[in-house]
Amino acid sequence: MSVVDQAENAAEFISDRTHEQHLDQLLWMLRTRRDEAASRVQEWEQLRDLASQIKEHTLSNLAHYLEMFESRAKANGVTVHWAQDAHEHNQIVYQLLSDRKADELIKSKSMLTEECDTRRFLEERGIRVTETDLGERIQQLDDQPPSHIVGPAWHKTTQDIANVFAKAYGSDKEKADPVYLAHVMRENTRPLIERARVGMTGANFAVAETGAIVTVTNEGNADLSGNVPELRICSVGLEKMIPRNEDLAVFIRLLTRSATGNSITQYTSHFRAPRQNGEMHIILVDNGRSSRLGMEKFWPSLKCIRCAACMNTCPVYRRSGGLSYGSTYMGPIGIIMMPTFDIRRYSELPFSSTLNGSCTNVCPVKINIHEQIYAWREVMEKKHQINLVKKSAMIVAGKVLSNPTLYRMAGDTMEASLKVLPRFAIYNQLNAWGRHRDIPQPAKETFHDWYKKHRSQATGQETNP
Amino acid sequence: MQVALMIPCYVDLFYPEVGVATLELLEKLKVDVVYPFDQTCCGQPMANSGCYEEAQATEELFIKNFSAFDHIVTPSGSCTHHLRHKFTAAPDSPERRKISASVYDLVEFLHDVLQVGEFPGTEFKHKVALRTSCSAIRGIGLASMSERVHDPKFSKPKQLLERVPGIEFVDFERPDECCGFGGSFSVTEEAVAAQMGYDKVEFMRKAGADYIVSSDMSCLMHLQGCSSRLGTDLKVLHIAQILNGVTQ
Repeated sequence: MSVVDQAENAAEFISDRTHEQHLDQLLWMLRTRRDEAASRVQEWEQLRDLASQIKEHTLSNLAHYLEMFESRAKANGVTVHWAQDAHEHNQIVYQLLSDRKADELIKSKSMLTEECDTRRFLEERGIRVTETDLGERIQQLDDQPPSHIVGPAWHKTTQDIANVFAKAYGSDKEKADPVYLAHVMRENTRPLIERARVGMTGANFAVAETGAIVTVTNEGNADLSGNVPELRICSVGLEKMIPRNEDLAVFIRLLTRSATGNSITQYTSHFRAPRQNGEMHIILVDNGRSSRLGMEKFWPSLKCIRCAACMNTCPVYRRSGGLSYGSTYMGPIGIIMMPTFDIRRYSELPFSSTLNGSCTNVCPVKINIHEQIYAWREVMEKKHQINLVKKSAMIVAGKVLSNPTLYRMAGDTMEASLKVLPRFAIYNQLNAWGRHRDIPQPAKETFHDWYKKHRSQATGQETNP
Repeated sequence: MQVALMIPCYVDLFYPEVGVATLELLEKLKVDVVYPFDQTCCGQPMANSGCYEEAQATEELFIKNFSAFDHIVTPSGSCTHHLRHKFTAAPDSPERRKISASVYDLVEFLHDVLQVGEFPGTEFKHKVALRTSCSAIRGIGLASMSERVHDPKFSKPKQLLERVPGIEFVDFERPDECCGFGGSFSVTEEAVAAQMGYDKVEFMRKAGADYIVSSDMSCLMHLQGCSSRLGTDLKVLHIAQILNGVTQ
């Protein structure tokens, strides 16, 4: 697949001010609410330290905890599957469905299944898949991937959603009212849930000592999708493991406060065993995680608990929209994760950042996100994945800036050319700076020349006039 | 005390008056200022783009020019951050380490090392929106950051500016959100960069500012470009200019 041009996609998103402003303001509000929630927890920074340490410990002993989880889950009556990659995962899901001659699946939101492109895989094989999370369903009906890992449709205005539902369900387009739209969603998905034989969820956490998976949701759809059908499938990324129930308390306190500023969600559900006369299957999915764990610089992104605080605070994400990243995970965390999936396709993402460091400082598990973005740039350069224009500019810059004589000459030339060129030659499509900003005027005299004139006689320093 | 003055490349070429203000200010404070004559740049433009190989010769030149000094002062939080934390394109050496240990942003140097109590002869009777750069805040700790809600609140540039009679600070929305410069980002992702800059300028204008003041000229170069394109009459000044006695 071709390289994602996030900058170009972002420029398109930004050209429509309504959506850009809507997203920026919505997510900034969440960032503000996160700050308020964090300030009410005196031990906030200690919690971040603890969460980071628990994740680091678990990842350092991952095989041990995975095996513990598997044996406890089996003892609870759960069937545990292992999937090395997306295809194996999807194949297992399909097999479970086709063995039971089921052609319908309801599912709650799961970024892992987005990563595996599970819905498409199943639909191509004749399975009707219905998303039961409101945002995820909106995106499914609009044939778009999620634009945000917590709020898949947050880039859409209420009117956008009214339009999607009007087209899909025949509801009233004029009623761009959240309560009305939530009812439309409920009326249309509830019957599907009631008759579903197979349900699927992801997991926020997998507790090794109990063999239970934990979901953190607001709509209750994970509980319905998991509990109503007789077969429940849970897809779990290997990195979701935590050692003990006790550890969960640390993460639950951080997760929702970081995500939306709420102290807790409506539902924090522990799923440990199949319901009566039912079956429960857990698929533990690697899909590149174990090889990322072996990457000296880039393993810490496995600590991520998917709160999206880094997206909400990111000034670039808020103004670009999540779809501009062309990837499953987007924003700062996406920038550092996606190249581990496809280094060529996501080679430009590390440059879609100002390295301002806000992401690192809101991250509840203390991933050094902006440091990793910086490190990825070096990897892209070393692996010849940076674009030629940028590369040749840097070769020239490197030559000029390492040679005082060339540097002084370049300064003179720039001053001269900006003085004589007419305005249209400076402000054109080739000059990216000038498209939306006025250009600084080169000074008549550089500091260097000023110094030579006013100070160097006194010090006699001149070595390279 | 002897100090080597490092003038960032964009200050040398576009804003020499900021270099002059820095030099004059240090001289007034009885600092023995040396300006290594063959200096060019710290290497950040290349390193930030991942091009370490291309940054190496520039860093080596920097080491040659500056490693004899115990104090290197530059009017830029961004260059200071690079020299202190990211200066790794040249091979490791005691000289290279000495650079990282000796560099100070001008504000840090005035506030922490010289501990300047007053700036005689200064006056600035205007409303100021103080914008401290992300490298200065989150990179070298020149001010507290909004993300760390339990940390004590402080701002070294503000503490210095408060000693200038007449100055008035305005509070604007999202004070430590990035302004959108970001080095090569300002060109490669110009649409987003400009929108970030427009938003920043608009917040400052709404708060009633006459001037945008920063200890980083790179943010100001970007914000000036945005402000002028928007047609607002916000002017920009580097903190060194105000502390050196500029009145408008």
